[in-house]
Amino acid sequence: MSVFSEVPQAAPVAVFKLTQDFTNDQFPKKVNLGVGAYRTDEGQPWVLPVVKKVEKIIVHDDRLNHEYLPILGLPEFRSSASKIALGDNSPAIQENRVGAVQCLGGTGALKMGAEFLRRFYNGDNNTKTPVYVSAPTWENHNAVFSNAGFEDVRPYKYWDGEKRGLDLTGFLGDLESCPERSIFVLHACAHNPTGTDPTQEQWKQIAEVMMRRKLFVFFDSAYQGFASGSLEKDAWAVRYFVSLGFEMFCAQSFSKNFGLYNERVGNLTVVARDPDNLKRILSQMEKIVRTTWSNPPSQGARIVAITLNTPELFTEWKDNVKTMADRVLLMRAQLKAKLQSLGTPGTWEHITDQIGMFSFTGLNPKQVEYMVKEKHIYLMASGRINMCGLTTKNIDYVAESIHEAVTKVQ
Amino acid sequence: ICLQFSSLLLFCFGLCSSWWGGVQMGPPDPILGVTEAFKRDTNPKKMNLGVGAYRDDQGKPFVLSCVRKAEALIASKQLDKEYLPIGGLGEFTKACAQLALGNDSEVLKSSRNITVQTISGTGSLRIGANFLSRFHGGPRDVYLPKPSWGNHTPIFRDAGMQLKAYRYYDPSTCGFDFKGALEDISKIPEQSVILLHACAHNPTGVDPRPEQWKEIADIVKKRNLLVFFDMAYQGFASGDIDRDAWAVRYFIEQGHNIVLSQSFAKNMGLYGERVGGFTVVCKDAEEAKRVESQLKILIRPIYSNPPMNGARIASTILSTPDLRSLWLEEVHGMANRIIKMREQLAAGLKKNGSSHNWQHVIDQIGMFCFTGLKPEQVERIIKEYSVYMTKDGRISMAGVSSGNVGYLAEAIHAVTK
Repeated sequence: MSVFSEVPQAAPVAVFKLTQDFTNDQFPKKVNLGVGAYRTDEGQPWVLPVVKKVEKIIVHDDRLNHEYLPILGLPEFRSSASKIALGDNSPAIQENRVGAVQCLGGTGALKMGAEFLRRFYNGDNNTKTPVYVSAPTWENHNAVFSNAGFEDVRPYKYWDGEKRGLDLTGFLGDLESCPERSIFVLHACAHNPTGTDPTQEQWKQIAEVMMRRKLFVFFDSAYQGFASGSLEKDAWAVRYFVSLGFEMFCAQSFSKNFGLYNERVGNLTVVARDPDNLKRILSQMEKIVRTTWSNPPSQGARIVAITLNTPELFTEWKDNVKTMADRVLLMRAQLKAKLQSLGTPGTWEHITDQIGMFSFTGLNPKQVEYMVKEKHIYLMASGRINMCGLTTKNIDYVAESIHEAVTKVQ
Repeated sequence: ICLQFSSLLLFCFGLCSSWWGGVQMGPPDPILGVTEAFKRDTNPKKMNLGVGAYRDDQGKPFVLSCVRKAEALIASKQLDKEYLPIGGLGEFTKACAQLALGNDSEVLKSSRNITVQTISGTGSLRIGANFLSRFHGGPRDVYLPKPSWGNHTPIFRDAGMQLKAYRYYDPSTCGFDFKGALEDISKIPEQSVILLHACAHNPTGVDPRPEQWKEIADIVKKRNLLVFFDMAYQGFASGDIDRDAWAVRYFIEQGHNIVLSQSFAKNMGLYGERVGGFTVVCKDAEEAKRVESQLKILIRPIYSNPPMNGARIASTILSTPDLRSLWLEEVHGMANRIIKMREQLAAGLKKNGSSHNWQHVIDQIGMFCFTGLKPEQVERIIKEYSVYMTKDGRISMAGVSSGNVGYLAEAIHAVTK
């Protein structure tokens, strides 16, 4: 009698199943608008030229070995990564109250932050503390926090499906009515999946309520630089909140902006009240890291650290990032233009109003099914498309298919 | 102006207390503490025997040639950096399972194992612990040998399991307490989880002999226990990968459907690349698929998918005949150097005129040696001889070289005579 005979088959993770179905599809004009990775105009993955350069440097450096990193990670990676988020001249950094934990991708950073909060945030047992994630949000946010022990993970109003934009009133309403000291997961920029970000004025309103009601700020920053093409612009919200004096976390991912997806490069930036708080926080983070992965992988962190800390390479990197951001912006502009010229019913301003890799098209589940089954265009059931999947070669086919879906299927 | 303004804001909001005021300073890591003290010591003859990473005879970190060659091969392929599947690099997990189970394994032939890539040994143990915590129908108790690797306890505890122990190390012989182990294991409640070190027990270096393993397998079966093997030193212990995996393979042959953690940190020197595997041997292929789906659900909210670099290196080595042969030579070389240092240490103690029996230094296997030094003796050897080890008298043989083994023998003799 097997001990595992009762283990049920789990449902596959939707976004990966989508890619699998796409891979198995034989249709010659198929298009994958599912998983969130950058593609060139030839529809190919893109290893950033600066990354190739730095990898060569690493491979030829005989002084480098494969020894363990410290538990919290590569020091030069942690500090330079935090600087990218907070800015070179960040007062918080100058006041020695910013620290970081190198983690396995953005997911790992969220995980470490969540585990820490559950143990230490508001008393020593936060299993009942509400954690708010946007409606909708990246599908893994829920699981990260609930697996860390939070029993009450709830949505806050965010996306207004009717007007296809931010439901600011709803958002602010949830901020006003939630239990004090609730934890809020905020998308720093390029909201996933909607691509809809608050404006600076709206962020100010959000911050005011959060400060007044003592809510915890946990930023998820997975697209810095990738959204607008400017590191500073994409970090505006994070830096604004820091300037107000929040004690906060920021989970950073270098998967997209460095194209280092499979090396798992992430950083949990901790902004504390003072150096003493910071020291104690990091000492407890070490304990959590130690029982999860002991110490993080070195390759990706080395690539990022060398790039960020070498002026010419840093410039080249910013250039590479702008290349990616610009292509996405171009596809947005072209898709909107084509839909408008086709006379596709509805407004399509949101295609260019939205920012980052993803767009919430507004297609309903039936229309999505049509796209997938009849047109072999793979997108998430939510209507989310990855703009990176569009190329100059397939954009006409996609625009025409959207037109068909909207006009034929209700 | 900006600095003043934000400080003012901070002052105002600082009147309400920090979120983290109640966070205590975490206890210092005992092993790290040894290294810190070693670094501060100015004695030119100082030795760091706390280090858990292999060192060559010059005391330097050792990057294996097969690793460098594999890296060059990989670099020439210009691969992309797309996300790996949640369960990791397929070529790696296949090779990883084959290495542990053997090429002729019936388990592999019938596809009744699921092997996922993990964040080295720690990550593997953690995923395993989480899996058992969620799905194991038996008692939530994990039985560890006494003593065991320090990190085992917090890993299982954080995953929601409870820790118990069975006798293992006999301080009076510096060897295996076989009788005590069998007695304790025979009393473990059915369906509990028992953790076994496959080879090169950490921290004692004491492994059961094959006949003893057979009896352990027997009683474990009688008690219907779920076996969790931790294999962090395959190849590194005896120098022979098949010999070091013998216990794992024997248990499987005897019908135990084990769970297994593997690390490539030591045997491939890939410490910082975090290369490991977690295997569940299931009843059949169908069960393996179900278990796989649940492992993915566990992994996704922790780190989504594992890092590529180390797994790519390991899999290249294992599946490229030249590199695999080279690896086997090099791992044999590392194990041999350790074995030689053990012999020289024992001989040196004898030469110094020690009246104690130091046979255990030679009998023990792997990176670590439980010297038998008592806490007061450890304190003396650190203070008077600048020989750094953990309080339990454990030394890492990796920190011993032909250049300092003589000094070590003198120092140990001095504090134990």
